[in-house]
Parts: sequence; C-alpha cells; structure tokens
Amino acid sequence: MSPDLPTLWFVLTALTFTIYFFLDGFDFGVGVLQPFLARNEAQRRALIGAVGPFWAANEVWVILAASVIFAAFPLWYGALLSALYPLFTLILLALIGRGVAFEYRAEVDHRRWRTFWDVTSFVCNALPAFLWGVIMTNLVRGLPIGVGGRFQGTPQDAFDLFSVLGGLATLSLFVLHGATFLLLRLNREDPLHARAHRAALTWGALASGLVLAFVYTGFVGRGLFRSFGLAEWVFPAAAALNLGLIWLALILRRDTLAFVATGLTIVASTATIFLSLYPSVLPSTLGGAYTLTVHSSASAPYTLQLLSWVALAFLPLIIGYQVWNYWVFRQRLSSLPEGTGSVLSEPREEPG
Amino acid sequence: MTDILGFTALDLSRFQFATTSIFHYFFVPFTVGFALIIAVLQTLAHRTGDPKLENLTRFFGHLFFINFAVGVVTGIVQEFQFGMNWQVFSNFVGNIFGVPLALEVLMAFFLESTFLGLWWFGKGKLPAWASLACIWIVALGTSVSAFWIIIANAWMQRPVGFEIVGGRAVMTDALAIVLNPKGLQWFAHIWTGGLTVAAFFVLAVSAYHLRRKHHVDAFRVSFKVALLTALIGSLGVTAAGHIQGQSAVRDQPMKYAAFSALWDTPGGTQMPESLLALPSNTLRENRFEISVPYVGSFLAFNNFSQKAQGLNDLQREYAAKYGPGNYIPPVWQVYWAFRVMVGLGGVMLLVSLISVWRWRRGRLDDPGRLYGLLLIMPLAPHLANFSGFIATEMGRQPWVVQGLLRTADAVSPLSPLTVLLSLGAFWIVYLTLIGLDVFLLTKTARAGLHEPGAQTASIPGPSYLPEGGAP
Ligand code: HDD
Ligand code: HEM
Ligand code: HEM
Repeated sequence: MSPDLPTLWFVLTALTFTIYFFLDGFDFGVGVLQPFLARNEAQRRALIGAVGPFWAANEVWVILAASVIFAAFPLWYGALLSALYPLFTLILLALIGRGVAFEYRAEVDHRRWRTFWDVTSFVCNALPAFLWGVIMTNLVRGLPIGVGGRFQGTPQDAFDLFSVLGGLATLSLFVLHGATFLLLRLNREDPLHARAHRAALTWGALASGLVLAFVYTGFVGRGLFRSFGLAEWVFPAAAALNLGLIWLALILRRDTLAFVATGLTIVASTATIFLSLYPSVLPSTLGGAYTLTVHSSASAPYTLQLLSWVALAFLPLIIGYQVWNYWVFRQRLSSLPEGTGSVLSEPREEPG
Repeated sequence: MTDILGFTALDLSRFQFATTSIFHYFFVPFTVGFALIIAVLQTLAHRTGDPKLENLTRFFGHLFFINFAVGVVTGIVQEFQFGMNWQVFSNFVGNIFGVPLALEVLMAFFLESTFLGLWWFGKGKLPAWASLACIWIVALGTSVSAFWIIIANAWMQRPVGFEIVGGRAVMTDALAIVLNPKGLQWFAHIWTGGLTVAAFFVLAVSAYHLRRKHHVDAFRVSFKVALLTALIGSLGVTAAGHIQGQSAVRDQPMKYAAFSALWDTPGGTQMPESLLALPSNTLRENRFEISVPYVGSFLAFNNFSQKAQGLNDLQREYAAKYGPGNYIPPVWQVYWAFRVMVGLGGVMLLVSLISVWRWRRGRLDDPGRLYGLLLIMPLAPHLANFSGFIATEMGRQPWVVQGLLRTADAVSPLSPLTVLLSLGAFWIVYLTLIGLDVFLLTKTARAGLHEPGAQTASIPGPSYLPEGGAP
C-alpha cells in the first residue's frame, strides 16, 4: 500500500498553520499590547526588542503555508484565496504595515514619526490577528463555491456572527499568548513584567469566554464537530484544559508554564479546526458535490512525492536553526535604566 | 464580463500583477547583490581585523536592512496573489509552478530571515567567524531565492517536463524543469543584473563620501569592491542577455520579433537589426525605421545569413495552430522597453570600464567629472530591470503559459470593483513604501559612518541589546 500522500500533505498544511499561529501569534499579541503596556520610550523599545530578532522568521511560516497549499492543493489555493479576496488583501496590507513599522520606527529620531509607526503597528497587528480567525471560521463553515471551485457569493458572505466570533477568539488568544510570551522575555523586576502579568489575566478571561462561545456556537448552531469521535474530542478538550491551566500558572507566577499553556491552547484549537475540516478542504454551501476535498484538490502523486522528500530534508533543518535563533537570544530584556540590571539605552542622536 | 470605467477584472488584475511584481523587483535584485557585497566586505574586515572595515560593514548593513524590509513585505503579496487574482492559472500550473515556490520558501526565505537577524542582533553574542558565516548564509539565501522564482517563471515562458492530464499541467520530469535552459540563462541574467544594482549604489555612496574626504580609508575599499562588482555585473548581464536573445528566437519567436519590431520575415540573404523604429500594432508595420544590415543575423544567430520570422508570418502560423485570435504582443512597448534595457546595459558597462581605467591610472579617490554621473548611476540598473521585465512579460502576451494557457483565461471570477479597490490600496501603500525606502536610504547613506559600534538599525540593534540581563 502506498502512503496516502494527499492526507499527509493535509496534515503538513495543518502543522504549518499551527506553527505559524503559535509563533506569529505572540508577535501580533505583543504588537497589540504595546500601547497598553508601555508608558515611555524605553519600555516601547523593550517590547519591540522582545520580538525583534524573531518576528521576520516567524512570518515565513505563513508564506510556507501559502506555497504548500499552492503546490500540494492547487484547486484549494485558488478557490480559497479568490473567494476570500478582500480578507486576504487586508491581511497582506496589514502584514506590510507591521513589517515596515518594525523596521522603520527607529530610523528617524522624531516623536511624531515614532507615534505614526506605533499606531500603524497596533492596527497592523490587531487586524491579521482578527482576520485569521474569520478566515479559519469560513474555512470550516464553508463558502458558496460552485463548479471548479469558482466562488458564487459576495464579499459580505465572509462575515456573520459566527465568523466575527471566530475572529475575536483568535485576536484575544493571540494577545494572551503575546502577554505570556512577554512574561518569558522580560526581566522579572521590570515594571513591564508586572503589567504583562495583569494583561495576561484580563485577556485570559476574555479569551476563555470567546473561545468557549465560539465552540458552542459552532457545535450547537452550525452542527460542526459532530463527526468527532472520542479521539477528536481530545483536541478541543485540550484547548479548554490549557485555558484553565493558564489561570493556575498565572496565579502561581509560573511564567514558562503560562506560555506553554497558551501555546498549547493555540495548537489544540488549530488542530480542532483542521480535524473538523477533514476530509474536505473547503466545504461548499451550495451542495456537497462542489465541496473540495483533500483528494479532489490535490496535486498528482509525482509532485507530492517530490515535495515530501524536500520537506523531509529541509523542515528539520529549518526547525533546528530557528530553535538555535531563540537560544541565542534567550536573555530576558529590561526597560530599566543602566545600573539596575540590564539596559536598553535611550534613543541615540543620529549625527548629520 | 462586467467592467468598471471600461476596465474588466482581467485588465485590473493584469495591472495589479504588474504593479506588485515590478515594485517587488525594485527591491530584491538590490538585496541579492548587496548581500554579496556586504559579505565580501565583512570577509575583508575579518581577515585584516581592521575596525574601520568592520564599521563599514555595519554601515552598509544598516542600508541593507532598510531595503530588505520592503523587499520582504512586498514579497508576501507575490506569494498570495496567484490564487487571489489568477485562480484558473493556479489550478492549471500548481502541480509544477507551486513546487519551486515552495522550495524557495524552504530553502531560502527561512534561511535569509533567520540568519539576517542572527547576523545583525547577534553581534557580540556570536563569535566573529559565526557572524561572518551568517552574512554569507544570507547572501546564499538571496541567490537561492532568486534561482527558484526564476525557474518557476521560466517554466511559464518555456514549459518543459510536463504533460496535460485532466485539463491541467502535471509534472513528469522535475530535472528538466530545474535545468530548463531558459531558466538558467535567465538566472544568470538577473543575478548579474542584481550585482549591478547593488554595485552602482555602493559606488555612489562611496564616491559621495570620498569626494567629501569622509573616512577615505574605508570608503576606498567599498569603492573598489563595488567597482569590480559593477564590471563583473555589467559584463555578465550583457553576455547572458545576448544568449537569452538567441534562445528567444527559438522558444518564443513572436517575442523576439517584437523585441526587434520585425513585422515581415526579411526577404534578402541576411537580417538587419532595427536601430530606431516606431512600430504600430494597428498598421502591423513600422511607421518609421532605421536599421543596419547583417547585425540582426549576427545578434540572433552568430552568423550573417540566418533570418528570424516576422510577426505577421508568425500570426498566420499561430492562428492556424491555436485557432483564430490575435497573437501579436503590444509591439512598441516591448520594442522600446527592450531597447532601453540594452542601452542602459551599454552605459553601465562603459561607466565601469572608464572607472576601472581611471583606477589603473591611480585616480581612484577623485571621481572627477565622473562624479555627477556616479551619483545618478544607481537609477540605471533599476530602470533596466524595469524595462527588462516589461519587455519579457509583455512580449509573451497573450500567453501566460506559452502556448498552453492564455492570460485572458487564467483570471479569477472577481468583480472589477473588488480588484479596483485592492489595486488602489496597493498603489497607495507601494508608493509610500518606495518613498520611505528612498528617503531612508539617502538619509542614512549621507550620514555616513558612525563611530565604531554606534551604527544601529531599525529595530533596537546590538548596541541596544542588554548584556547579562538573565533573571
Ligand atoms: C503567474 C505567474 C507569473 C510570474 C511568476 C511572473 N509573471 Fe509577470 N505576469 C504574469 C504572470 C507572471 C501574467 C499573469 O501573465 C501577466 C499579468 C498580466 C499580463 O499581461 O501578464 C504578467 C505581467 C507582468 C508585467 C506587465 C506586462 C503586461 O502587463 O503585459 C510585468 C512587468 C511583470 N509581469 C513582471 C513580472 C515580474 C517582476 C516577475 C517576477 C519574477 C514576474 N512577472 C513573474
Ligand atoms: C513573481 C514571483 C515572486 C514571488 C511569488 C516572490 C515571493 C517572495 C516572498 C513571499 C518574499 C518574502 C520572503 C520573506 O519574508 O523573507 C520574497 C522576498 C524576496 N524575493 Fe521574491 N518573489 C517573486 C519574485 C522575485 C524575483 C524575480 C526575485 C529575484 C530575482 C526575488 C528575490 C527575492 C529576494 C532576494 C527576497 C528576500 C529579500 C528581500 O525581500 O529583499 N523574488 N519574495
Ligand atoms: C546590454 C545588454 C543586455 C542585453 C543584450 C539583454 C538582453 C535581454 C533579453 C534578450 C531579455 C529577454 C529574455 C526573454 O524573455 O527571452 C532580457 C530580459 C531582462 N533583462 Fe536584459 N539585457 C541587457 C541588459 C540588461 C541590464 C543592464 C539589466 C538590469 C540590470 C537587465 C535586466 C533584465 C531583466 C530584469 C529582464 C527580464 C527577465 C529576463 O527575461 O531575464 N538587462 N534581457
């Protein structure tokens, strides 16, 4: 029996999205939290520095996700991206804004310039964090897709109570994840650390409520997750369990545990979404015959075999050097002035 | 199909694709060449242990960062736009085209973004040799990235190693796709073109500071490195371009005829080369033309007797083969874009030769009358790149995949309003980006070298990063 390559690649696609949400999730979270947490320039710099060496490489995971869908499931790629065209346009614009805000903020030493980028950064981190939830909801709920994956609906179809709820759920989860990431990245004595801790409590409550509401609406109102057997229910259950665990970790002030718990919540939630999708990749609301499935949208075996070998060779390498990257920059940061621990110097005057 | 202001979703999608690709392509060849120049400079710094050179590397590294940021963010759009605007295309080619794209991500993007961060922020945390390795890995990554994307695009110009199964192209021979001669020549051309983009930029910055006697010792080094790069680049881009033209005659004769504004297959025993022409697609001839005999045969075939087919003959041939329709690309745009590119390539070669000659004469530090020219030269390779892409991409119309899929059949079922809105948004954002990029590059380049260790970039750089802050 030859291995079921389309299913393997479906799993790898799910894995890529999971890693992406896990990693870029905290980047988005820190970006959204920045105006709430930072009170002065040194603190803003500390927060930017917390994700500085990582965010660019984290973002590549979504590029990988897009290219994997393109190569392994061309029909899915075209149908999904063109059906949700406005949402993806917004996400792309936001990712542009976020990246540039990161890189250009410190280039000019002028208050208004920095404020402009701070606002840009806030909006451009919040938007994708919200929109990814909307997109994932649309993915499981299905879209009016006709023959050949052609979209028959209107741009408004992407938005309803359920998908907005999904968006708010990812937004709050990512912000929570950002807060717990900061608990790991900041010096314990830093006032920012205490503020991140409070933020984690607040956003933890929000996220728990929204995620539960989302799952409830999906299960009761939409008939999702109905096909789940015992094994599949492990995933939503794990998500719920970890949401609970975060509270414990926060109260016990176990930073690492808190981060692991928010991370596992994201992992389990993404797994739940993709599990409930399988064996479809994009259900059609116009009738089951139009639904794109793992097998009907996959590339030919030759392409999938080739991809498998390359992925086998390169994914471990990539994960290896990314882990090394986190290891090199593992030190905690601080916004406190020199002499009181670690240092982030004040903005430097650029001569000329 | 509905339209808005006379534009269909197809027109707007084409315009959007051209916009996003051309903007992306303003930044990335720069990255490809620049990473290499910086790696060379850091190697020199490493071997001599000279802090001046170390500082020079950081300075150019800062400039690199400014440009890299825009290259990356415009690249993400590239990755998504095939599915968004070209759904039918995506489904048709995904089996093949998607693979080099995925390989690019796996082999290049992760490498670049991880090791660039390690190189810049890891200063002082990593041993010097590791830092040097990081920048070489970044340089490797940028070239690998260019390679795969060119392989993907080359397949659309010259499809190989496939068969059509169930209405889509399915890969049968991966090696043929990777070794597509079109792709290899093309890569040589755009890679050396990338060298010139970065080299003329570094030349301009160095000349600016040499003139002002700022840090002469350091900028003399970057001037020399850039000059050699410019010479190698201009020679390479010309040679590769020549070879490309010769294979275009065979693989895409229609495109080649458009490059040359050759409407009718020449009657005599040789093919002239058009120097100046005003081609007209409506008349299907040139309103005006000056040409030189024999040169056309030589450029296309390396001899003085062979002839290429003219546009009108090819049109008849294609109509018989693919059914009725217009197979002639917009000739005057293609013709002029091609000539601008080649002309600028000549200028670049000339400027690098003159500069090298002056160097041999010991007049390196004083750019003299060449100075003004060196300051504007960075525009030349950009303009050449721009026109090169216009020529090659417009020259293959109406095909998106040569002989297999027409651009008009490739588009997604979108409403024109949707595409118009996204097009407008991308224009606003991209114009802002290019403005910011140019502004910050100029500002930083003019500020010149800082004291050792003070060269910072964008995100809090190494000199901001705390030491010993463990909990
Ligand atoms: C889909 C695959 C694809 C790929 C990888 C590329 N092209 Fe392309 N290009 C097209 C598919 C295409 C197209 C769909 O065929 C267009 C869109 C409208 C058109 O006329 O052709 C086109 C047009 C087009 C135009 C305008 C020509 C015109 O409007 O007629 C330019 C300047 C470029 N592209 C530039 C690029 C650049 C810088 C690329 C990066 C390597 C690139 N193309 C790769
Ligand atoms: C039309 C096809 C193209 C697509 C789909 C594409 C896709 C992308 C993407 C997604 C990125 C961002 C990667 C990151 O986050 O690190 C990127 C960056 C890059 N691209 Fe492209 N690209 C295209 C054309 C090109 C061409 C023609 C070249 C070069 C000759 C090129 C060279 C690069 C390089 C060197 C980078 C990384 C550095 C930088 O962005 O400045 N790309 N591209
Ligand atoms: C001086 C001599 C040059 C010659 C003879 C030449 C020739 C060519 C030819 C024949 C093509 C089309 C290939 C095809 O589509 O089949 C091309 C494309 C192109 N050229 Fe040039 N070129 C020259 C200089 C330059 C320079 C200086 C640059 C930029 C720095 C440049 C950048 C490009 C680009 C970006 C393309 C589109 C991609 C490609 O097809 O390679 N060229 N060139």
